[in-house]
Amino acid sequence: MSTRTIQGQKNLQDIRQSSPDGIGGSPLRPDGNLKVKGEFAYSSDMWHEDMLWGMALRSPHPRANILSVDISEALKVPGVYAVLTHDDIPGSKFYGLEIQDQPALAIDKVRYHGEAIALVAADHPETARRAVKKIKVEYEVLTPIVTEEQCLNPEVHGYVHEPHEYKSHGYGNICHEQKLVSGLGVTDEVRAMADVIVSGTYEVGMQDQAFLGPESGLAVPAEDGGIDLYIATQWLHVDRQQMAPVLALPEEKVRLTLAGVGGAFGGREDLSMQIHACLLAQRTGKPVKIVYARDESFFGHVHRHPAKMFYEHGATRDGKLVFADCRIVLDGGAYASASPAVVGNAASLGHGPYVIPNVKMHAIALYSNNPSCGAMRGFGAVQAAFGYESQMDKLAAELGMDPVELRQLNAMSEGDYMPTGQQIDSPAPVAELLQRVKDMPLPPPLDLDNLDIRTVPGALSNTSHGEGIVRGIGYSVGIKNVGFSEGFDDYSTARVRLEVIGGEPVAMVHTAMAEVGQGGVTVHAQIARTELGVEQVTIHPANTEVGSAGSTSASRQTYMTGGAVKLAAEAVKQALIEKGRRRYGWTEKDITLVGGKVVSESAGVLVPMVDLLGDEAIDLTREHHHRPTVPFDKETGQGFGHVQYTFCANRAVVDVDIELGLVKVVELTAAQDVGKALNPLSVVGQIQGGCTQALGLAVMEEIIVKDGKVRNASFTDYLIPTILDTPPIPVDVLELPDPNAPYGLRGVGEAPTVSATPSIVAAIRQATGIALNRIPVRPEHLTGTL
Amino acid sequence: MRVTFTANGKPVEADDVWEGESLLYVLRERVGLPGSKNACEQGECGSCTVYLDGTPVCSCLVAAGQVQGREVRTVEGLTDENGELGLVQQAFIDAGAVQCGFCTPGLLVQTDALLEQEAQPSDNDIREALSGNLCRCTGYEKIMDAVRLASARKCAKGSGE
Ligand code: FES
Ligand code: FES
Repeated sequence: MSTRTIQGQKNLQDIRQSSPDGIGGSPLRPDGNLKVKGEFAYSSDMWHEDMLWGMALRSPHPRANILSVDISEALKVPGVYAVLTHDDIPGSKFYGLEIQDQPALAIDKVRYHGEAIALVAADHPETARRAVKKIKVEYEVLTPIVTEEQCLNPEVHGYVHEPHEYKSHGYGNICHEQKLVSGLGVTDEVRAMADVIVSGTYEVGMQDQAFLGPESGLAVPAEDGGIDLYIATQWLHVDRQQMAPVLALPEEKVRLTLAGVGGAFGGREDLSMQIHACLLAQRTGKPVKIVYARDESFFGHVHRHPAKMFYEHGATRDGKLVFADCRIVLDGGAYASASPAVVGNAASLGHGPYVIPNVKMHAIALYSNNPSCGAMRGFGAVQAAFGYESQMDKLAAELGMDPVELRQLNAMSEGDYMPTGQQIDSPAPVAELLQRVKDMPLPPPLDLDNLDIRTVPGALSNTSHGEGIVRGIGYSVGIKNVGFSEGFDDYSTARVRLEVIGGEPVAMVHTAMAEVGQGGVTVHAQIARTELGVEQVTIHPANTEVGSAGSTSASRQTYMTGGAVKLAAEAVKQALIEKGRRRYGWTEKDITLVGGKVVSESAGVLVPMVDLLGDEAIDLTREHHHRPTVPFDKETGQGFGHVQYTFCANRAVVDVDIELGLVKVVELTAAQDVGKALNPLSVVGQIQGGCTQALGLAVMEEIIVKDGKVRNASFTDYLIPTILDTPPIPVDVLELPDPNAPYGLRGVGEAPTVSATPSIVAAIRQATGIALNRIPVRPEHLTGTL
Repeated sequence: MRVTFTANGKPVEADDVWEGESLLYVLRERVGLPGSKNACEQGECGSCTVYLDGTPVCSCLVAAGQVQGREVRTVEGLTDENGELGLVQQAFIDAGAVQCGFCTPGLLVQTDALLEQEAQPSDNDIREALSGNLCRCTGYEKIMDAVRLASARKCAKGSGE
């Protein structure tokens, strides 16, 4: 490696060949080997000599006063080490992502079914379970506040949070609201300008993230009085920020290390068992592991907001949109979680990727005694997309137009304005994406004579042989923001270290990014390879010893932490080149790192990196902030609120058995602009996964809540798509660079979840002629037996 | 109680096993084989799939006492003695079928079993065979690719190519 003989342009060209494992390539996941061997340590795999098992007692009532809690019998169970209630919390009793309104353990009242009241630590999960059953709680059960009508009339039905304990941004039982008016708003004069007006009310059920890896982690008390937590989360630093005051510890004594994460999709943005495990570890002085069972997981994390929406659209005879009038009511449940930001998204993205001269919008999130809702993939844009895309189909039918043409006619493109007044300053190929899905070949028609009954809805149980099947095709497009919005100083930190190991230059990347399955670790290595011209990259475990990476959500991690890795790697590269200039007196301006060497376009190879580095490591940390945004004006919704927009279009082909009311999605096509595909294999995987969650919302997934009580907290009753329910998902990836983003990239993960649901519903409507104003679409909606 | 059985060809024993414990719990918490995953513990997701005497089962549904004297093979046992990945494991990596990977161990065992029975399954065969294994991340497309790839490699190997 110490030779310096390679000289000249030709050789330089050879080594300039970009590494197939750099950006734009699809190297394999660095954690893939461990994962297929079963050796990857997920948070539920954590184990410690002498550890205890923690478990929570949860409320069976959605709304009740707690008259007394008696833990004495529970404490007597052999093998029980501690039983805690809110009285035992050493610090602040409340936490929350945006509003500190959630008690770590219920105080005097419970506000939702499943709220944690007390904690047990025991030597075996079964011991803990038995002890939890022995805790006696006396309740005064109250009528839960669960409907919009009840929530909006607190004088009659009561407050979820009493006004004197009010911590919300809103008033009454309104947690947050956002209005928006653009153009002339929606007045009688504006209405009169439209030749056709269509309206509808739409409803979205409560969807669950249903990540497979249960909430879990291991809290280990440390000798310095602090605590080490090994945890599956989406954002280590925001967990710590919420935990430390409750544990009465300074932040630096609460050290979090990311344990393997089995999916997240927004459901790990809030705390679940973090504080509970730490409280038990603090009390017992022993390591405590908590692993939720599936039912507890349904109770222990926030869900996607169910929504009720009213939409009215007016258009000219030739299909140009004139106005949109929208009202979106999101049920936020008992605690605020991310509701304020979800409302902001619903209000600002709720018109879809269309140019609409006059808009009026009102979005609110309610406090209720239903389960808390917060972040889930698509974050406020999903619900609205079902509303506006249903409207587009209705309008097309009213005008006798092709639904894709109507959308294309009104599609926004670069340079257009959002209803928030923000100009779209990067490509917005909405019409083109629609064209692309439309132009993709259709699957062959159903061949009833040569039917594999496994491909027919319901036929496996021999209830049909395909007689009542009608095929439908539907289209949709959606818009989603990338990154945190409305003035949030969103940033990420990365540390990159370059040193010689075993005679080779090796880069180490250290960030606090939560790898939740999305593939960020692969991309970080690709970026380091590309910027530093090295092959070997190691990824340091994510922990709180480096600055915050922000959340693995909002499709932001490749943009934000990827951007930080790029900045840090560039800084390391400059430092190395500087070192060379000092040592060798190089005067060339065009020096860079390629193939393990310092090279210059004009002078060829200058020196191998190992020679220049010697025993010295270069270790630099950089922060990446995105350009600033501002909060939306409360009344008008105006403002540069979002950093970047992303778009996806879908075509769904469905077979509907109109007798049984069963739907089989035959194919779900997607076209998405990703700006730049840093890892094409991962990009496609993200789009397919996002489409599948959208399919779930369209036809099967819903947490059934009756009178505030959850009725289906299990994988037996909460259905997520299986491989039999999921069709082929051809993906067409477009790469139009965003000049404002690192490498021109665009966040990928959420847009397909926003857009794909309406296409499936549109296809079912086309097949059946039924209006379908509620998702998930159930058999009874299709057979008229509701 | 004490339970003794073979795990991946090696004899193992677990003491003080409570009667209600599942095979999954014993594997994960008592004998140091956490590869099989605990996503539902109700037989609904397939993440915990292992071979029991050569047949794939949900280990969360098998009571620990039932495996007394029997043979269990887990995802850890798909790797050979030298740590070389099995054909199905490699195919899942190569096809990009692993995202969060929590479903992966169960899918690997189930796929391995499918290809043992039918080296060249049709797409509908694959979907039917894997319909008990939930994956929340991938949308299953890359899992289909992985199984097809494993099948192709297996057939190529079988025919001596
Ligand atoms: S954990 Fe056994 S089937 Fe889900
Ligand atoms: S890869 Fe995450 S559940 Fe399948």
